[in-house]
Parts: sequence; structure tokens; C-alpha cells
Amino acid sequence: MKSIKILLNGIIHENPTFILLLGMCPTLGTTSSAINGMAMGLATTFVLICSNTTISSVKKMVPDQVRIPIYIVLTASFVSVIQMLMEAYFPALYSSLGLFIPLIVVNCIILGRAEAFASKNSVYHSFLDGVGNGLGFTLALTLLGLVRELLGTGKCFGFSFYPENYGSLLFVLAPGGFIVLGLLIAIINHIKEKKNV
Amino acid sequence: MKKLKSSLLNMFLSLTLTCVLAGALLATVNDITQAPISAAKKEKLNLAIKEVAPQYNNSPTDEAYMSAISAGDSLKIYPAKWNGELVGAAVESNSNQGFSGMIKVIVGLDAEGKLLNYKVLEHAETPGLGSKMEDWFRAANHTVVGKNLATTVLKVSKDDGDIDAITAATISSRAFLNAVNRAYMAFSGKTADTDSATEATTSASGKVKH
Repeated sequence: MKSIKILLNGIIHENPTFILLLGMCPTLGTTSSAINGMAMGLATTFVLICSNTTISSVKKMVPDQVRIPIYIVLTASFVSVIQMLMEAYFPALYSSLGLFIPLIVVNCIILGRAEAFASKNSVYHSFLDGVGNGLGFTLALTLLGLVRELLGTGKCFGFSFYPENYGSLLFVLAPGGFIVLGLLIAIINHIKEKKNV
Repeated sequence: MKKLKSSLLNMFLSLTLTCVLAGALLATVNDITQAPISAAKKEKLNLAIKEVAPQYNNSPTDEAYMSAISAGDSLKIYPAKWNGELVGAAVESNSNQGFSGMIKVIVGLDAEGKLLNYKVLEHAETPGLGSKMEDWFRAANHTVVGKNLATTVLKVSKDDGDIDAITAATISSRAFLNAVNRAYMAFSGKTADTDSATEATTSASGKVKH
């Protein structure tokens, strides 16, 4: 029961993007298309699961005063690993995400979950928390990318819905990212409020 | 197990251990992925050359050389040869005049300097505007394909040239044409040499190899 709660917590109740508004830099940077958003989300999920699990298993061996540098070294290593694997086996994806992969290191979701959850809870629960938050982030990024790509270019996931000329370029650019994000958060808050009443 | 205290020794040891382990992990993964990464890069390059260069039966990547345009500025040229005769080349060119960052293109030329095809390798232009260059300069009414770079320097129509710039992205278009022109400059700098070399080859009845 608790496991499911932890899992859903990351996906819905404390969704890192829509509720906590963490990690906005990669969120706005990579969501110019749905597939990019999804790839970025999955890469972050992988790092998050690894870092959460490892940090939780070494939490007793980490002296409090140096915990942040140790967490960062661990996350940075996992990010480098995924970067090398991606470059080796998925070069196309790697070239489209480019700069944003190394940025996962400083994504505050990772350090935030390490600090707020993994350093206090069991390995299994930390793993679930990593999965939950990762999926929540992936879901949010995919949704954001989907809306932006659809409004901006009339395509999504390679399917064309209407001619590109009718799309509004604004949504592919950064300002459109902010606008779509704001609107999505508004919709989600609206649904949440309705539920609570 | 009790949580470790933040004593100097504990902090020192735990940080050292973490870094050593992280280093070992990275070294291992680097070892595993090195070969696939370089293979993937090479394959990408080979595909790009095949796409832009005239038909060849040599190995352009093995015969690649650098050709200087000016001091400290040189481009890589992949010569395309058919039975030992130079039929053209793929030139890896670039321009730093883009709207944001470097534009890298690979340009295919035949021996006379006619542009056969091109491929944008890397750019950071505005999505939806400058990023259209991959397709824009192929479209029938503003194409650069088939232009002879030996006789014309490509310019956008705003600069009295005959190529229509991408709508709302003149800077990117200029940078793209700049990269294409530079490719020919690098290539022609060498063709002059190869011409004399070919003559030498014929007179020495094919003894000299490229």
C-alpha cells in the first residue's frame, strides 16, 4: 500500500514539473517536440533511479557535512555513463538532446529527491520514489512537448495533423514553452480544486 | 549500523572512496563505449559523404586532407575518385556567421566546382526559421544545387545575389552560403595542384599515385 502511494506521489500528487516546478531549465529547453521531451524524461528517470537507489544504500556511510558533494559526484557519474551509452548506441537521439544530457547533473529534481527522500528512507522505497518522480517528469515533458509541437508545427511523433504553415512558431520557441507550461499548470490546478471541493 | 560522524577522517575517507569508485565506473564504461562511439561517428560521416559526393570507388575518409583557405583556417576535404581519377569531393565546411553558433555543412562538388548536394551537419539556428536550411536550398526556385561555384559566388538576393534567403532568416542564409562558398575555396585551392599533378601522372604513365 505504501509502495503504491510513494509511486503515485511522484507521478501525480507531487509531480516535479507541474506541482513542484522543479527542473524548469531542461523542461523548457527540450520540449520543442514530444519525442525530445520523452527522451529527456526517460534519461532523467534512469539517472534518478540510479542516484536514489545508490544514495539510499550508502546513506549511513555518508557524513552529513560532505553529503552534498558526494551526492553530486554520484549523480554526475551516472549522467556521464548515460551520456556515453547514448552516444554509442543512439547517436541520433544524442545529437538532438545534445547539451541537455550533462545538464541532468544540476537538475534540482535529482538532488532534491536525494536530499528529501533517499537520504531518509529505505532502498526499496527510494527506488520506487525514483521511478515515480522519473515517470512524473517524463509524463509532464512528453505532454508539454506534444502540445508545443502540435500547436507549433502541426505534427507530433512524426504524424502530421495539419500543414506546417498554419502552425504558430511561437510555441516551438522559448516563450511558447512558458505559455504552454503556465496553461497546463492552470488546468491541473483547476482539476485539483474541483476534486477537493 | 550507526550513521558516520562528520569527523575530518570520516569526511576525507568517504569522499575519497566515492571519487575512486566513480572514477572506476566511468573508466569502465568509457572503455566499453569507445569503439561503438567512433564507429557511429565514422558511419555518419561516410553516409554524409556518400550522399553529397559524386559516385566514387576510393575511400574518401582515408584520403582526406586539410586545405587552407587562409592562415589558421582550413577545411577538411574528402576527395572522391573513380578509378583513381578525381571526380569531385565532399568538403566539410563551416561558417561562424550564423545567428547562433557555428554552422557545419558538408558540401559535395564535382571536379569543375559544380555543387552536387549538401547536408547540414550541425547548427544552432532558430527552430522553424534558420533551421529550415536543410530543405530550403534544395527547393526548385531558390536552390543552390547545380550552381557552378567556379563561376559564381553565391549570395542572397538582398546582397545582389540570385539565391532567395530563407524567409525571416537572412543571417542564417548568408552564413549557409558563406559555408558553401568556403567549401569551394578550399576545394579549388587544391584542384589547381591536382591538375598539375594529373598532368605529371599522365606523363609519367600513371606512376604517381594520389
